[in-house]
Amino acid sequence: MSPFLFWIFALLTLIFGAAVVINRSPVASVLSLVVSFLGLAALFMSLNAYFIGIIQVLVYAGAVMVLFLFIIMLLDLRAEEGRQINWLASAGGLAVALILLGQIFSVVGHLTIAHKAFPPLPGSTIDDVRNIGAALFGNYNLPFQIVGVLVLVATIGVVLLSKREPR
Amino acid sequence: MITLGDYLIVSGILFVIGFAGVMLRRNLIIILMSLELMLNAANLSLVAFSRFRVDSTGLPDYDVQVFVFFIITVAAAEVAVGLAIIVALYRARQTTDVKDISSLKF
Repeated sequence: MSPFLFWIFALLTLIFGAAVVINRSPVASVLSLVVSFLGLAALFMSLNAYFIGIIQVLVYAGAVMVLFLFIIMLLDLRAEEGRQINWLASAGGLAVALILLGQIFSVVGHLTIAHKAFPPLPGSTIDDVRNIGAALFGNYNLPFQIVGVLVLVATIGVVLLSKREPR
Repeated sequence: MITLGDYLIVSGILFVIGFAGVMLRRNLIIILMSLELMLNAANLSLVAFSRFRVDSTGLPDYDVQVFVFFIITVAAAEVAVGLAIIVALYRARQTTDVKDISSLKF
């Protein structure tokens, strides 16, 4: 992928990711998150992980975000009205985040492999769905089934949680 | 030329944005969305490492991509349960603001 496209999608992801945190209206936050996830899916595809990119669009930008929008509609949330902000707590949180950012930058800066380009792939096409499927149903069959049980448990839990208690 | 470090930096900045959202925002739904941002930042660095570490056949490391697949599945389940808890909480307290839910606060 050309560096130009990489920086376009990286900036798209980061700017709309920041918009999620900055926006006061929850609906605007959800829509920003959708754009951010689409940019992230493009970054996955630039890393030749096409299957993960498609999954990202289908599961995150599709299913999960619809769930968020639906809950916001259900709760009828308005934008936060101007409550006074606890400046001390906000400054503390921001300081911790900035320290973390500085730490990440210094770790990546000192990592020697971080300055190398990605090694080339053999062909122009790669069979990544087949390879992931072979790994998923071969080597990782047991974890895959355990994840299936986890999703079932989550489904039952959600039904139980959202059931109205009989009075 | 795009290096591994560029992807790691983008992933790190995305993680910090999500972290700042968890620290600064008080709406539970926005906090849950920021958690999703952090999970996706981790996924991005995992996929970048997967592409960087080609094996003897010259293909990316697919074990990592299976791991990312599991993370996406578990995150979807987590969002469903988290939103159900928020709905139950809203029914009980009529609020999604973390400042209003402080019964367990010491």
